[in-house]
Amino acid sequence: MSAAVTTTARRRPILRRTLPANVRRKRLLLAVADHALLIAVMAIFLIPLAFVLLTSLMTSEQALTTDMWPRSFEWDNYAEVFRRLPVLRYATNTMIIATLSTLGVILSSIPVAYALSRLRWRGRQATFVIVLATIMLPYQVTIVPLYVLFARYGWIPGFKPLIVPLFFGDAFSIFLLRQFFLTIPEELSDAARMEGASEWQIMTRVIVPLAKPAIAAVALFQFLYSWNDFFAPLLFLGGDSNLWTLAIGLNEFRGLHQVEYNLMLAAVVLFMLPVIVLFFFAQRVFMEGITVTGVKG
Amino acid sequence: MSPWIIGFLAFTVYPMVSSFYFSFTSYDLLSTPHWVGTANYRFMFTKDPLFWTALKNTMWIIVVGLPLRIAVAIATATWLVRPRRAIKTYRTSVFIPTLAPAVAGALAFLYLFNPATGPVNQVLSGIGMSDPPLWLYDAQWAKPTLVLLAIWGVGDAMIIFLAGMLNVPSELYEAADIEGAGRLQRFWHVTLPLISPVIFFSIVIGIIAGFQYFTQAYVVSFWQTGDHAQIGHPQNSLLFYTSRLYQMGFQNFKMGYASAMAWILFLITMICTLLVIRNSRRWVFQQGAFR
Repeated sequence: MSAAVTTTARRRPILRRTLPANVRRKRLLLAVADHALLIAVMAIFLIPLAFVLLTSLMTSEQALTTDMWPRSFEWDNYAEVFRRLPVLRYATNTMIIATLSTLGVILSSIPVAYALSRLRWRGRQATFVIVLATIMLPYQVTIVPLYVLFARYGWIPGFKPLIVPLFFGDAFSIFLLRQFFLTIPEELSDAARMEGASEWQIMTRVIVPLAKPAIAAVALFQFLYSWNDFFAPLLFLGGDSNLWTLAIGLNEFRGLHQVEYNLMLAAVVLFMLPVIVLFFFAQRVFMEGITVTGVKG
Repeated sequence: MSPWIIGFLAFTVYPMVSSFYFSFTSYDLLSTPHWVGTANYRFMFTKDPLFWTALKNTMWIIVVGLPLRIAVAIATATWLVRPRRAIKTYRTSVFIPTLAPAVAGALAFLYLFNPATGPVNQVLSGIGMSDPPLWLYDAQWAKPTLVLLAIWGVGDAMIIFLAGMLNVPSELYEAADIEGAGRLQRFWHVTLPLISPVIFFSIVIGIIAGFQYFTQAYVVSFWQTGDHAQIGHPQNSLLFYTSRLYQMGFQNFKMGYASAMAWILFLITMICTLLVIRNSRRWVFQQGAFR
């Protein structure tokens, strides 16, 4: 992409000198039309968010009117959300779950992906097929017995059902990491083996440092998945409001304050904000990760 | 390797085997499961009208929503592929809505499409529409509104198509230009075949995810009557397969029935996916043949 950008940039001045005025004017008009369309497309995607943001700053009476612009900017709505809803507790709960599950996925999936890509052993191919099949298995198939099992252990309501299984590997993350590990030249491992390094050392000292972008992407996806997840927290935490995550709390808040759109939308903004901030900080990891998942999958 | 095997046995194999067993029992979590043979399956197919409603709604959202979403993703990606001024800003703006957590997006749409006070109907009546749809409050319009929600969050698919398009070797476009191909022909004969593996991937993922569609539907169709939370409102038009499974398993504690539903879900997903894979040989371009 960057190569394409530089070639057009380099070509442009030469074209400008040689083109007659009418062609130049036509090009300019086309460019204006092009950007007008692009701005229109951009607006379609962003205007809903603008409405959400504007209404979250209205008074609750104005939020029920047909007004589009806040008469006065009620920043206090956000403070009111914090007063009505234990946002910090929900955020802490969500953070604990998301952080620990991400840690679990990374720690457990790397060795499996390593064994499936860089070690030769009997049954490797069959194991890989099983991992792929697990990705296709709907979680509904396993959720009922798991619910029964976790209930028997006394883990419900609690964080454990949402965290512990992820310390035993996640099929999708294993798959992604394996695909990336396969692209690392075998010579690097061979060189390390010649130096007398164990497989564990090769994995931690050679492969993991080289696979940082893929690992970062897998971590980011798992973190966001846990942050946004609704179904599993609904099942496993639903019974104890002290354990709720932001997703569950937000949905219940809607139930309680059905008509106070301004507060509901302020809560929506508060829930979205960390994700958007995270996106802007980790934009490169995001884009690379999505590209790797999409194209190589 | 071994922790994964333990995990695989404990969190995949064991639950699969026991959910298969549960599907032939009546089980309410409190008493021990007792064998009922194929009664759950027979009830599902012959006596539970809501099973069929839920299955039809789910099929609808996949058959209508998935092609639309992929078409919009390809269209926006095509639009955003050529590098020009501020292109990154445009790409980012299309991508941002996809970052909205499912619950947040659904609640935002509940407000945006509110028939009385939401901005969508204000705009519609502003441009002279006499009685705009009731959207999520109308059984006819509820599912289309959820499709719009899915299209609003098209950014993740768009980025994948964009990456696929940026990977198309520019020689191919140059060759097409020399042959005198127009814009449409270039798209049809060069871009589309080369991104067909991405289309295939999106369809498979879309089908698997579509049969598990739950959160957005739960949030917008959640209706509290007294102590009992109902989902599927209005008139069960938003009751999806997983919503029904959730109702039966985790609201009514009919674990045997929920397990039977889960296995039928697995079967349907498998069959649909296999059909797409078989059919794909005819239209998915094999990259290997090219390189």
